[in-house]
Amino acid sequence: MTPDTSTYMIAGFVVSFVTIGIYIASLYIRSLNLQRDIETLKSLQDEKK
Amino acid sequence: MQPKPIALKILDVVSIFALAISTYLALFFAPTELVMGQVQRVFYFHIGTAWVGMLGFVIAALSGVAYLVTKDMRWDRFEVAAVEVSTMFFFLTIVLGSIWARPAWNTWWTWDPRLTTAAVTELIYIAYFMLRQGIDDPEKRARFGAVYTLLGGVSAPITFMVIRLFRTIHPVIVGAANANQEKMSMTGDMKIAFFFALFAFTVIFIDLIWHRIRLGSLQDQVEQMKLHLSM
Repeated sequence: MTPDTSTYMIAGFVVSFVTIGIYIASLYIRSLNLQRDIETLKSLQDEKK
Repeated sequence: MQPKPIALKILDVVSIFALAISTYLALFFAPTELVMGQVQRVFYFHIGTAWVGMLGFVIAALSGVAYLVTKDMRWDRFEVAAVEVSTMFFFLTIVLGSIWARPAWNTWWTWDPRLTTAAVTELIYIAYFMLRQGIDDPEKRARFGAVYTLLGGVSAPITFMVIRLFRTIHPVIVGAANANQEKMSMTGDMKIAFFFALFAFTVIFIDLIWHRIRLGSLQDQVEQMKLHLSM
């Protein structure tokens, strides 16, 4: 008889989507932070001039 | 930041559709494996992520060589992107393998040659980021990264080949198994889900690498501006 392993299957797909989702979110957040840094550095450069 | 190219926008959409179709094929299209049951469906993502994980480590090694030859920092950005995306996918491979192993082998983890080499490979690339962070000089960091990925890249073919060279409980999917090993056989529908998963994860891999390279360009820009201000 085929065993019921559906809980593990669900866990596998949930982990996959959560991991990929976290990575995409980290790319987005890091990009926003860097853009903010660039704006700050630009204003500092202008002040220095 | 430069506006997102149209090709990247298209690739984003294609990646989402590819992942959705691959999930549908794995969950509903492929038949249920009789011995393992529903958990076998995780195998399609397990192989897909393993493929792009190892591909990225090999690409990173080649990028390292390209950097050492040309000294062009774009190769360093490409190398970092390949390692980061592959480390994420390879982590997923290990976790999915562990989830599959629990009902199949009655354990979450065993020090089998394939599992051991996979864990060592993952740790090598986690260490890559930790060590890179400790180097301030961009050129020295790039040179170190290039040599490191070149040496670390050896772990990918070793991990791939280890189940063909040693006695192991890990099934062989691609190529011939030796007399002691289990060879996983697939029906026609399973093969469709399998090959589509390989395609889908390759598209997602390219998409994420492109995004990571753009992030790397921003990081370099910030670093240059900080350097300029400090002078």
